[in-house]
Amino acid sequence: MLHYLEQAAAGKVAPRKAIVVRNVSRRTFLGTAAAGFAVAAFPKDALGFAKYEVGGSQMPHGLVYDPTVFVSIDSDGTVTIVAHRSEMGTGVRTSLPMVLADEMGADWDRVKIIQAEGDEPKYGNQDTDGSRSMRHHIQSMRQMGASVRFMLAIAAMQHFGIIDQPIEAVAEAFGASDDQFEVQGVTVGVHEVTNDATGEAVGFGELAEIAMLVPVPEFEQLNFKDESEFRYVGKGEIEPYDQHDITTGKAIYGADVDLPGMKVAVIARPPAVGAPLVSYDATAARSIAGVEDIAELPITVMPAKFAPLGGVAVIAAHTDAAIRGRDALEIEWGEGPHSNYNTEEFTAEMRETANAPGKVLRKEGDPEAAFAEAAKVFGREYSQAHMAHAPMEPPVAIADVKDGKAEIWAPVQSPFGTRQDIAAALELPIEDVTVHVTLLGGGFGRKSKCDFAIEAALLSRDVGAPVRVQWTREDDIHHSFFHTTSVERIEVALDDQDAVTGWRHNSVAPSILSTFAEDSGHQFFIESGMGHVDVPFEIPNMSIENGKAMAHTRIGWYRAVSNVPRAWAIQSFVAELADELGRDQKDLLIELIGSDRELDPPNQGFPDDYWNYGEVYQEYPITTARLKNVTELAAEKAGWGADLPAGSGLGIAAHRAFVTYVAVAARVDIVDGLITVPEMHIAVDCGFVANPERIRSQMEGAAVMGMTLALNSAITFQNGAAQQSNFYDYDIVRATNFPKVVHTHIVEHPFSVHAAGVGEPGVPPIAPAIANAVFNATGQRLRDLPIGTTVS
Amino acid sequence: MAQLTINGESRTIDVPGDTTLLWALRDLAGLKGTKYGCGVGLCGACTIHVDGVAQVSCMLTVSQVEGTEITTIEGLSDDGNHPVQVAWRELNVPQCGFCQAGQIMTAASLIEDKPDISDQEILDGMSGNLCRCGCYQRIVAAVRTAATGS
Ligand code: FES
Ligand code: FES
Repeated sequence: MLHYLEQAAAGKVAPRKAIVVRNVSRRTFLGTAAAGFAVAAFPKDALGFAKYEVGGSQMPHGLVYDPTVFVSIDSDGTVTIVAHRSEMGTGVRTSLPMVLADEMGADWDRVKIIQAEGDEPKYGNQDTDGSRSMRHHIQSMRQMGASVRFMLAIAAMQHFGIIDQPIEAVAEAFGASDDQFEVQGVTVGVHEVTNDATGEAVGFGELAEIAMLVPVPEFEQLNFKDESEFRYVGKGEIEPYDQHDITTGKAIYGADVDLPGMKVAVIARPPAVGAPLVSYDATAARSIAGVEDIAELPITVMPAKFAPLGGVAVIAAHTDAAIRGRDALEIEWGEGPHSNYNTEEFTAEMRETANAPGKVLRKEGDPEAAFAEAAKVFGREYSQAHMAHAPMEPPVAIADVKDGKAEIWAPVQSPFGTRQDIAAALELPIEDVTVHVTLLGGGFGRKSKCDFAIEAALLSRDVGAPVRVQWTREDDIHHSFFHTTSVERIEVALDDQDAVTGWRHNSVAPSILSTFAEDSGHQFFIESGMGHVDVPFEIPNMSIENGKAMAHTRIGWYRAVSNVPRAWAIQSFVAELADELGRDQKDLLIELIGSDRELDPPNQGFPDDYWNYGEVYQEYPITTARLKNVTELAAEKAGWGADLPAGSGLGIAAHRAFVTYVAVAARVDIVDGLITVPEMHIAVDCGFVANPERIRSQMEGAAVMGMTLALNSAITFQNGAAQQSNFYDYDIVRATNFPKVVHTHIVEHPFSVHAAGVGEPGVPPIAPAIANAVFNATGQRLRDLPIGTTVS
Repeated sequence: MAQLTINGESRTIDVPGDTTLLWALRDLAGLKGTKYGCGVGLCGACTIHVDGVAQVSCMLTVSQVEGTEITTIEGLSDDGNHPVQVAWRELNVPQCGFCQAGQIMTAASLIEDKPDISDQEILDGMSGNLCRCGCYQRIVAAVRTAATGS
C-alpha cells in the first residue's frame, strides 16, 4: 500500500499495462538443461513452471532469488530459512518457508525459521500488506528451493566421486560453458541425496559445506517439482511454526522484549489531529511512585505520513506507573485545524455530495443517454462509519538509541519502512538503524504505520535509556489511522423490460492520500481500483464517479480497505434491486456479472491509472467465470432457495479483492431481536492453493471481523476527537454471538493459475451477505454500517 | 513490597500494594505470557488463575492476591501439554496468537472437572475473551475436545 501511496503522493503513477514476455517455456529450458545441467534430481523428468511476472518485482527492492540469503544448512542437517515478511496471524512465517522447504526437499521437522530484520536491499520487499506475501513470493520461494536442491545435487556428485575434480574446479567450470560437464547419477530425496548406482545416501548436513561453493543456478537451469510431488504445499498439514510457543506463553510480541534499564512511556496525544498543546501541569503525575520523567513530543499536522501525533510523555519505571502518570496529567489543548470535525454534519455533507454528479473516473457507453431514456431509475445509498483496527495487541515499540545508533524491536508490518522513517526522524544514516520484527498481535493495516516506533526512538534518544512506548487500548482507538467513512450512491437505469441499461456509482470518502500529501478531497487510483471502477457487471453504460470529501483525521488502510464500503454498497444494492424487480437475488447477481469473459479495461473506459492491485492485468485479469463460480458454489452449499422459517434468512454477496474471488452465503436467525449467524458458507478462489489450512483460518477470521464491522464498528468524531474508547463502546463480536459454523470451500487450481493472497479478500462480502440475510429474514433493509446488533 | 506465590514460586515484588497485578507480572516478575489487551476487564487477554479460578489480572492489585496461588500461562503445565494446550494445537486454533494465553487460561479453569460441559456453558464461559483474529469457531471446538478428551 505504502509504495503506491508514495508514488501517488509524488504524482508518479506508473500504470502496469505492459504485455508480459513470459519466461522460457518448459521445453526450452529442459532443452538447455539436457545440454549442460541434467541434474537427475528426480527419477522422472521433473516438470517446471512457466515463470510469470508479479507486482513484487515492481515493489521497492523487488524480489530476491538468492538462496544464500534465505537458506543455510548446518552440518547437523538443520536447515535454517529466513522469514522476511511479518507474521500477524496469516501464517506467512510458516507458509513461505514451507514452500521453499518443500521444493528443496527439506524435512520440515529439521527446519528452523529465523525472522529477518528490516533490510530490503538484502531480502527484497518486506512490506507485509495488500494480501501480497504468497502472491508475490511463491515463485521466488520455489526458485530458491529448487536452487538449493540443485546445489546439493552437484555437491553430492562430487561427494560420490561422480565428478572427480575438487568442487572449486567444478564451480569455476560452471559458468564457463554449458557442456563442460554433465550432472547426473544422483537423486535428491527428503533431506538426503542418493547415489543412483550404489544406493548410498548422504545427508544435506554433510553436503552443506560443498554445496555452498556451488554457484547459484539461473532459473533456466532448474527443474521444479511436479505438483504431485509436493509433500507440504497444498496439504495444510504443517503446524504453524509459532504455535507451540503461543500456547505455552513463550511467543515474543512487541511488548515482550526486555532490555536492561528500560523505561516505559505512555503518551497523552492531542484529541484532534494537530491540536496545539497550550499548557500542561505534571505535578500530580510526578508524584506517582515509579514516574521518573516527563517529555514533550512536537505536535504534527496532516499530512505527516507516519510522524507521531506529538504530545506529552510520561516516562516511568514500569507500565502501571506510566499509565497512571499519563492519566494524572492536566493538559490544555488548543483548537487545531480539525477541531470542528463532527461526524453527524460530515455524513450529511457526504450524502449531499453523493447525490450530485461526481468526478467521472470511468465512463463506458453513453450513461447520460441511458439514464435520460430509462423507463425507470432505481437508486439507493449506503454508508459506512470510520473504523479502528483494534488489533488485540495495541501499538507498542521498544527503542534503544545510543552512541549514534538506534536499535528497535517492534511489531511492524513494514520493517524496512520503519527503519527508513526512524533514520529520518533521528537524522541517522540508515546503516545505523536496526529494526527487529517481533510477532504481531494482529495488524490489519494499523501496524503498517510506524508512528509508535518513531515515538519510542525519539523518547529513547531524549531520555538516554531504552524506552518501551506502550499504547493503551484507549490510545489505540482514539489515535488510529482510521478506516475512511463513506457514502456510496448507486443508481441504475432500467428499460421497459426491466433490463439494466445504465449504472452510476458515486463514491464519496476521505482519501488515504490525505495522510501523505496535501488533501485534494478526491480518492486516488488505489482506492478506486478496489471494487469501484472495476465493477465486473455487464452493463452497456457505466459512469463511475467520485465526489469530494476532505479528511479531518488520519485516514489509513484497514483490512481490505475500500473494498469494504464498495462490496457493502454494490452487493446490498443488487439484492435490493432484485427485490424491486421481483427477481431472485442470486440469479440477478449472476446475470449482472454476465457472460464468461475477462474485462477489458482500456476498452471499457477504465481510467489510465487503473490499479489492478499492482499486478500486470494480463496475469491477473478480472475473470467473470471465477466470480460466478464462487457465487454459485457458496449458494449451492448453503442450500440457496430453500424455504426458511420466519425470522431466518439467507443472504449472498460476492466480490473480487486483491485478485482473489470470494462469495459468502450467510444464514441469519433473528433470536429475540438479536441478529445471530448460525452458519456461513464461504467460497474462495485464490488461484493455486499453497496452505489450505491457513486459508480456512483466514476465512473464519474474516467472517468474525466482517460480522463485527457489520454490527458494531463505528468510530464517530466530535470536535475532532474520536468518541469511542475501549471495548465497551467499540465491541468485537464474542463467543456468545459469532458466525457459529463457517464452512470454507476452496476452489482448487494448478500452479499455472497464479496464486493470490487471502488475508483481506474474505472480509468485504461478509457484511452485505449478513445484511441481505437480515432483509430476507425481516424485510428490513439496513443501509448504514454498522447496522447494529438488533432489529426490532 | 508484595509477597506473591506465582507458579509455585515465592516472589518478592517491589511495588506499592495498589499496583495492577497484570503489570507487576509482566514488568516486575518478568512473566510476559500474560497479555495486555484493554486494561478494563473486557478482553480477557490478561487472564490468570487465582487459586485455580480464572481472573482478569488487569482488574486485580498485587495486595489483593497476596496469600493466594497465582498461575500464569507459563505455569499451567510443566511440559506445555495441559489438555487445553494440546487441543489448541490439534485444532490449530491460534492466528496471531496474542489472545490465546488468556483464552487457554479461561478454558482450563472452565472445563476443570466438567467432562460433560454443555455448548452453552462453553460459549458463556469463553465470552469474556476477545479474539480480534476471529478464532472462536476453533476455540469452542478445542474447549470441547479438551473437556471430553476427544
Ligand atoms: S487486559 Fe485485562 S481484560 Fe483486557
Ligand atoms: S489469535 Fe489474534 S487475537 Fe486471537
